[in-house]
Amino acid sequence: MSYPDNFRYTKEHEWILVEGDTGTIGITDHAQKELGDIVYVDLPKPGAAVEAGKALGSVESVKAVSDIYSPVSGEVVEVNELLATAPEKLNEDPHGAAWLVKIRLSNPAELDGLMSAADYQAYLGE
Amino acid sequence: MLKQIPLADVHRALGAKMVDFGGWEMPLQYTGILDEHRAVRTAVGLFDVSHMGEIEIRGPGALDLVQWVSTNNAAKLADGQAHYSGLLYDHGGFVDDILVHRVSADHYFLCVNASNQDKDYEHIVSQNRWDCAVENNGPQYAQLAIQGPRALEALHKLTSVPLSEIRYYRFRDGEVCGRPARIARTGYTGEDGFELYIAPAHAEEIWNALLEAGRGFGIRPCGLGARNTLRMEAGMALYGHEIDASITPLEAGLEWIVKWDKGDFCGRARLEKQKAEGVRRRLIGFEMRGRGIGRDGYEVRVGGRPAGWVTSGGPAPALNKNIGMCYLPAELAQPGTAIEVMVREQPVEAVTVPIPFYRRPK
Repeated sequence: MSYPDNFRYTKEHEWILVEGDTGTIGITDHAQKELGDIVYVDLPKPGAAVEAGKALGSVESVKAVSDIYSPVSGEVVEVNELLATAPEKLNEDPHGAAWLVKIRLSNPAELDGLMSAADYQAYLGE
Repeated sequence: MLKQIPLADVHRALGAKMVDFGGWEMPLQYTGILDEHRAVRTAVGLFDVSHMGEIEIRGPGALDLVQWVSTNNAAKLADGQAHYSGLLYDHGGFVDDILVHRVSADHYFLCVNASNQDKDYEHIVSQNRWDCAVENNGPQYAQLAIQGPRALEALHKLTSVPLSEIRYYRFRDGEVCGRPARIARTGYTGEDGFELYIAPAHAEEIWNALLEAGRGFGIRPCGLGARNTLRMEAGMALYGHEIDASITPLEAGLEWIVKWDKGDFCGRARLEKQKAEGVRRRLIGFEMRGRGIGRDGYEVRVGGRPAGWVTSGGPAPALNKNIGMCYLPAELAQPGTAIEVMVREQPVEAVTVPIPFYRRPK
């Protein structure tokens, strides 16, 4: 799977796509492969405040629980309801239909600290 | 440096994700835990469990030593028969849980947990008052487990041993792929199947032949991930989780492997005392009712108060539920108790249920 050029990436394997003042956040294809079969996703509620680098929720595979770290600070404006009933979508379409949350950015300058697609792939050693 | 099983390179070539399991580099999964789990429940799966230990006890006093160190009654075993048993400390806690195979009246073959094998060996040697030859033979055996409703048909293609004549918990020494093999109708998945004890030098050949023989039956190579979800659904204990040195068989729901009529054995006095005084905590199953997955080590509360802990927990793929096992005070360890599992500081509703969760259709 390719890593979209219009996403920014974290070292913890999250991605963010910024449109206007809102960022859509997900986990990368690499992350879903490492986790294996995903069976449960725990996400914050709309209105929750999140902080860059802090856990915003968690993803559970059959075997283990992994925190998801927010790439940016802001307020959760939307949560992907699909994942409550179909967590396995995260294995199938991590860069698309299985986005996690949308966040209204409070400090867009934080984006400067994130990786481009090329940098992320280099980071993965691909 | 991780200890290597003979087939580590073969697993890597099959695309396995390898993990450190108690010091051994082992395959966690190949195609995925859910896919492998499903294969074993509905077709057939092949596991490399060569990390498991094998301890052999020989000599005229072999039965006496086995009877002293283990809780089940080995005097009831016939040649070619095996049973599940407990190896206990004097204080009644588990050294290990083991399979005892009677090869002959003066030769017993014990299959023990990988990371316990040296400790088990030392314990048995320390109790050897019968001048038996005790050998810690783990490196001399590879072990493959072929499990699932089609396991017999797949294995049948590679052996002339009449497999259907080997009853549950019986074994025969014969050949697989023309190589010597101890073929036991045992397993750790809750399905029918066989465990093969073979020479490490023949492991790759037999592994590949089994995958080929099972192809038409939907065979999958299976890793430790599926092994764990399968044994959990079947309600089987895992050392370090449901049982350890601080837990007795009476607490773990394993009184059925303690044979009170067999005479004295290591740990017996403490078990008798515990039985007389009453067992204070017991293992019980649970199913999650609220959203969330209870996992190993999570706290269990009853009525808002700390009451116990989860020993194993996670999704039960064949049941489409999130399940687990936990220790609770004996009076609460009954099916139907409303409990809360603390999932990341939040109480999530669950209810206790009997173990096992899954029984294979007969």
